[in-house]
Amino acid sequence: MLQIDHISKSFPAGRGQHTMVLDDIVLNVDEGQSVGLVGESGSGKSTIIRCALGLTRPDSGRVSYSGIDVHRSSRFDTLRFRRDVQLVFQDPYASLNPRMTVEELVSEGLLVHKLETTAAGRRARVVEMLAMVGLGEEALTRYPRSFSGGQRQRIAIARAVVIRPKLLICDEPVSALDVSVQAQVINLLQDMQKQLGLGILFVAHDLAVVRHLCTTVAVLERGRIVEHGTREQVFDTPQHAYTQALLKAVPIPDPAVGRARRAERQLAP
Amino acid sequence: MGVDTILTDGIVPAQVRRRPESLLQVDQLSIDIATRDANVRLVDNVSFGIGRGERVALVGESGSGKSVTAQALMRLNSRVKLSGRVQFDGTDLLSLSPRQMTAMRGQRMGMVFQDPMSSLDPLMTIGDQVAETLRIRGVSKREARQRALDVLDELKVERAAERLDSFPHEFSGGMRQRVVLAMALVGEPHLLIADEPTTALDVRVQERVLDLLDEISRRRSLAVLLITHDLGIVAGFADRVMVMYSGRIVEENEATLLFAEPQHPYTRGLLEAVPRADITVDRLRSISGAPPAPAARPSGCTFHPRCDHAMAVCTSVEPGETITPLGARVRCHLYGEG
Repeated sequence: MLQIDHISKSFPAGRGQHTMVLDDIVLNVDEGQSVGLVGESGSGKSTIIRCALGLTRPDSGRVSYSGIDVHRSSRFDTLRFRRDVQLVFQDPYASLNPRMTVEELVSEGLLVHKLETTAAGRRARVVEMLAMVGLGEEALTRYPRSFSGGQRQRIAIARAVVIRPKLLICDEPVSALDVSVQAQVINLLQDMQKQLGLGILFVAHDLAVVRHLCTTVAVLERGRIVEHGTREQVFDTPQHAYTQALLKAVPIPDPAVGRARRAERQLAP
Repeated sequence: MGVDTILTDGIVPAQVRRRPESLLQVDQLSIDIATRDANVRLVDNVSFGIGRGERVALVGESGSGKSVTAQALMRLNSRVKLSGRVQFDGTDLLSLSPRQMTAMRGQRMGMVFQDPMSSLDPLMTIGDQVAETLRIRGVSKREARQRALDVLDELKVERAAERLDSFPHEFSGGMRQRVVLAMALVGEPHLLIADEPTTALDVRVQERVLDLLDEISRRRSLAVLLITHDLGIVAGFADRVMVMYSGRIVEENEATLLFAEPQHPYTRGLLEAVPRADITVDRLRSISGAPPAPAARPSGCTFHPRCDHAMAVCTSVEPGETITPLGARVRCHLYGEG
């Protein structure tokens, strides 16, 4: 469905120098597939998202959606692309317009894409969508400020999913949430994916969340994908030294594991 | 069942375990803040102790009161009202004058915060910032500089001697956090309070900073109070863990036991809600709802609206403290008297 085909991107770094931000990235997301893209800060995660959405043009290579080039498509294709591909951002405090009610926020996509032409029809779809994300009808007239972080992220997900996209790109969607609320949103994304057959491109620095949610995983190190495989391959038998180092450094909530690792590190030179 | 398996694993029950000599003793600490409309209790009757050289973690979600508690120990927030007792090394901190308290900070107690960039003055060299604590105390310029250099070396800042004259923007995030640690440690405190010290860092850098902290705490017999929301980093670092929920400590135990046999439904819920990078599970168990705001705390046990085990009594009566056979100090009616 989404094909990122050998894209590279560099940005000017002053004095005629260039910094290579993405180097020959290849990544596909098929229908109903959940793909995780893991990387530390500065690894190029956000630039990949921007290229995938057609917001940043790669220097070379091609991004295509259903076979159509994202960066050279006609206007008609762009509108369809924007209906099929939706985004969920990291910070639900910044991504929802504070002056719009929940009903306005969630129904906006239906209006823009002319999917429901009557107000009653839109309301029915919004109510149905809110129920799916665990919010009641009383939420309709309220503003984002009266919701907690976890609830806001559900509203953001409802807003993205209400127009039935085929692909959801999630940029660190749970990293700003409290631990006890994170699990709710992770489970919601999992349910959405199963029920609606959504493809998900899940971009995050948290390896544990990616392991939980994605069946295919790519590891990004300074603009290069150094490892790409199934969840089991990447997490249980990582081949690349960088993946191995990352996995060893992820904190595990088990004191025995923590102590054993520290002892191992102290023995190493 | 649980008790036996744990005990045969070679873990000594709390009653017979030797406790280190007490360094900090907090008794019934409450923290209130006056807002325009009302008085809001941020932290409610919290008691705990930290022994010399002991590493204790205070775990909680946003709004649980963990950071306010840490600030209260240092008396950093003048907008809140503190009540109760905080004894540090034989001194009652809450009765000290602001001037006496200033002498405590940096010298006997050090503190580091989450964001190293906002803890550092961008216009001051690294060396001057680390040495400042000592200079204030009248240490000569030359000696302060030497001691700053020693701490930076101890924290494995490479080429520390050359970098004393660098500015914060020339350092990476991990290096800045080491500089902030150096500022807290240069006065050779007995207690370091670290509030989310690695939250802004990538995992590999986080691991290095925690290793350093572990090493220094052992070498110097430095007690550490680690404030965090991340149970993963707690497991590898702390001797003892306290779990805070909505302004109260709901469970406390040795780290090994707390992770193996969590008693409070909230602790159990938290541990089951965290995805792990080392195992695959089908579905995470989530805790319904969200933590309450301090101004809108539920009656009785503040966790009852989110608890799978809530009983009638939980809605009206605040649970007292019980010590379970595993040595956990827990506030929950499931373990009540009788």
